[in-house]
Amino acid sequence: MENQNIINGINGPVVTVKDARSFSMMEMVFVGNERLVGEVIGITDKFTTIQVYEETTGLTLGEPIYGTGSPMNVTLGPGIMSSIFDGIERPLKAIAEESGTYIARGSTAPSLDVEKLWDVTMKVQEGDELNVGDVYAEVPETPSVMHRCMLSPKIGKAVVTKVYPNGKYKVNDTVLEVKDQNGKVHELSLCQRWPIRNQRPVAQRTSSTIPLITGQRIQDTLFPIVKGGTACIPGAFGSGKTMTQHQLAKWCDADIIIYVGCGERGNEMTQVLEEFGELIDPRTGRLLTDRTVLIANTSNMPVAAREASMYTGITLAEYYRDMGYHVAMMADSTSRWAEALREISGRLEEMPAEEGFPAYLPSRLAEFYERAGYVHNLNGTEGSISIIGAISPAGGDFSEPVTQNTMRFTRCFWALDKSLAYARHFPAIDWMASYTEYFNDLEDWYNKNLGEEYAVYRNTVNNLLQEENKLMEIVKLVGADVLPDDQKLIIEIARVIRIGYLQQNAFHEVDTYVPIEKQRDMMKIIVHLYNKSKQLVAAAVPLDGLLETGLYERVIKMKYDLPNEGFSDGVQKYIDDIDKTVASVVSE
Amino acid sequence: MILDYIGVKEINGSLIVIDGVKDAFFEETVDIRLDDGSFRQGRIVQMDGTRVVIQVFEGTREISLNNTRTRLRGRPMEMPLSPEILGRVFNGAGDPIDGLGDIFPEKRVNINGSPINPVSRVYPKNYIHTGVSSIDTLMTLIRGQKLPIFSGSGMKHNELAVQIARQASITDKDGKNNFAIVFAAMGVKNDVAEYFRRSFDESGVLQNVVMFLNLANDPIIERTLTPRCALSAAEYLAFEKDMHVLVIMTDMTAYAEALREFSSSKGEIPGRKGYPGYLYSDLASLYERAGMVHGKVGTVTQLPILTMPNDDVTHPVPDLTGYITEGQISLDRSLDASGIYPPVGILPSLSRLMKDGIGAEFTRDDHKALADQLFASYAKCQDARSLASVIGAEELSTKDKRYLEFGRLFEAKFITQGYDENRSIDQSLDLGWELLGTLPRVELDRVPENILDKYYVDHTDKS
Repeated sequence: MENQNIINGINGPVVTVKDARSFSMMEMVFVGNERLVGEVIGITDKFTTIQVYEETTGLTLGEPIYGTGSPMNVTLGPGIMSSIFDGIERPLKAIAEESGTYIARGSTAPSLDVEKLWDVTMKVQEGDELNVGDVYAEVPETPSVMHRCMLSPKIGKAVVTKVYPNGKYKVNDTVLEVKDQNGKVHELSLCQRWPIRNQRPVAQRTSSTIPLITGQRIQDTLFPIVKGGTACIPGAFGSGKTMTQHQLAKWCDADIIIYVGCGERGNEMTQVLEEFGELIDPRTGRLLTDRTVLIANTSNMPVAAREASMYTGITLAEYYRDMGYHVAMMADSTSRWAEALREISGRLEEMPAEEGFPAYLPSRLAEFYERAGYVHNLNGTEGSISIIGAISPAGGDFSEPVTQNTMRFTRCFWALDKSLAYARHFPAIDWMASYTEYFNDLEDWYNKNLGEEYAVYRNTVNNLLQEENKLMEIVKLVGADVLPDDQKLIIEIARVIRIGYLQQNAFHEVDTYVPIEKQRDMMKIIVHLYNKSKQLVAAAVPLDGLLETGLYERVIKMKYDLPNEGFSDGVQKYIDDIDKTVASVVSE
Repeated sequence: MILDYIGVKEINGSLIVIDGVKDAFFEETVDIRLDDGSFRQGRIVQMDGTRVVIQVFEGTREISLNNTRTRLRGRPMEMPLSPEILGRVFNGAGDPIDGLGDIFPEKRVNINGSPINPVSRVYPKNYIHTGVSSIDTLMTLIRGQKLPIFSGSGMKHNELAVQIARQASITDKDGKNNFAIVFAAMGVKNDVAEYFRRSFDESGVLQNVVMFLNLANDPIIERTLTPRCALSAAEYLAFEKDMHVLVIMTDMTAYAEALREFSSSKGEIPGRKGYPGYLYSDLASLYERAGMVHGKVGTVTQLPILTMPNDDVTHPVPDLTGYITEGQISLDRSLDASGIYPPVGILPSLSRLMKDGIGAEFTRDDHKALADQLFASYAKCQDARSLASVIGAEELSTKDKRYLEFGRLFEAKFITQGYDENRSIDQSLDLGWELLGTLPRVELDRVPENILDKYYVDHTDKS
């Protein structure tokens, strides 16, 4: 047969084709009689190299390879929300119905449910001129997400020639006809396709001054991230990376959550599926699944699709950003993604750089994290993508290449510490090693929304922790008993901050999510306690007298005591308690 | 038409290369007949045009360029399965070696398995009672979990694994018949394999055990197949025969070393410490075969054992394992040296699934708070110990002295227990409270007040 491309070599997920001329780089192809999905990753005049996104066992030399003529695409349209996809946007629920417990190969289930009827409201009229990104139809996708169908950048400026009436349509039904600038008529449905490795266009990127509020005290207070920011969470195994990611996915105030489980445990994805289906978003009062998309490429699923899963995730995020939403993408874990790069690179016999990772690792990481940001969209709305990437450094050693390179491209660093995790101090974010570059960008927002005292409290808390760290060096050598009272006070207050404030119980009904105003008031109580105690020490009253009253223990337990709404009475009670107890110690 | 390919083109380590092969497929198995009449098995691992690289399971000793006839089998590596496998002993490649003849298969499955769809999984929540206080209370084992034992040479991991297997099987509420153990020995000493066999025999569960033995001197290629055969058997028993299967795999380090040896003979680019770059994916393809799925009664629980070379937890094998498995039971050299059995190192041990499998519904309402507090208090005891080693125990504050005493009692009473001692969960939890009683109530900052009111009894005067 003429122009038939056939398999010439197989090595794990990498397949080669001899004497093929028709393929282009990064083109999506179907491999073999089972039509396994693959992608062209190398071309020479003799061989074309293809990575296959599914298991290659059973492939025979001589089986055909079909080109598609376009790069790796995903379908964007209503039905994405609340779904769970694999790394190349295949719907895992539909696959489970099709092939049962195990994932069979060569599944052809369409990404979005093509039978479901959506309530469509048209937003344009005949004769309207549309720019790229303009919304032509709205579909209520879930109770908390209004899906906006936008003119694809591939078409460019166009004029509406026919508008279908409002009503119920399937994803692939035509709802609009437009004529582009070349006079070509396009029939638009509710969905469009987009290549995952290409960034979707925006009008302008701006810097963000709005925090992404997570309801987690240590992150919001000490190491905040902005909407449109990037953060990374490195940590050895067992230090709580996934738990931290889950907490952020549950409680952060983004409109949309894209959770990419990249090379992680299957049970974790199941847990997200089950848990998010029951939890209520504190801001909208809707189910968390209504705003969440899961992309699951678990560690035992094919490695090449793991590499693609990050791009699939970020493309979905960009699509919702274009609609004017604030999107947060959790990537757990980028190390597995980097390892997938390494594995494919090894199969291609490329020259390895550090620790066997390919030399292009930093540029790939940069490309990925730079797709985050706060932007003005082409259609005039504003949206953002925040990326929070977990890193699993080998042996918990942060000097390895993935951690080091990620640190260069992210501005917020939440380092998880093994010894904190051993002492069951969660979240185990090490306040000495972590940092954020966003705090100064956010000062205006804090002053406006939380009062100028917020920054003062935060800096006091931060300084006390720094002071404690220095003193602990001495305590480790000689014990805390020999310290003078003013230094002992710092140790004691820092203990209140560590246990009563930084430690947060993800399984406690109230403590799992704390509004930022309550965080401010909790800091207020602690700073008040510190100032009052300092006066006491300055007046040469022994600190032990105050410690024996149990006041510090009471303050430590305030996190379980203060409700998340209507807490100001409770806060006043604590302030009064501090004043009264301190006064009683003085009078003794 | 069945073709025999005569001779080979190249021999390298356990790999042979044959030219001019037609109609082969990737990962197809082959039979290799030597001129002396003996048979070997192999598998295609790489194909390039008509040149095919074959991995020989039994090794390439005595193979020359022209003394073999190779025949394609037309199917990938498969494991014959039927309920008869219970009580049988197989070699690493899944062939019976107990002299009781071949298995009449009900079905054959590809030993590589297929990934379980995350949508089909059920999040494991059923607690397994092991009767070991430290495990039940602090790192609870959950049905469908993969919880490795991180150990080192010479420590009592085998005893602990046997104790868990025996006690978990006895206390199974659903009846004993649907409990099975799949035991995979990879590169272990004959004594160790024999120890497991004898222990299963003595506790009367041998007819419910399937054993796969690849001993230290068996071919390494077989070793890379052993866990796959074992897990195929486990999945079959669990998801088709509705059994609760506990898979004990020992020693994962030997498995990873076999993989390394094989990888380097294929000429692959090595990653950390010479292990192949895909070690993570490879280990994951084993560990992820644990779990529970919708619509099936049975479960696969994994208890892999690995010895950390030089007790180094950052070594690639324990490191990558820890990233995949749902926690770990870490054994501690100094506890072991001071004669404490089981020598479970509390602080580095962890069960990720425990949080959802304990509490009033499963064990008792105070379980979580108690576990958190024991961890935190024991961590403080370690701080006090390191301080004591600098300034001397005499110089410590009263508070720190209390922690030292708490730590001593905790190790002597709570961690230590007899090899045959099967403690109920209530016994274990009550023991925990008794120990916390030696600390003043204000020190228990992880426990809510209502739980303290209910369970805390002050013993501070006595100590």
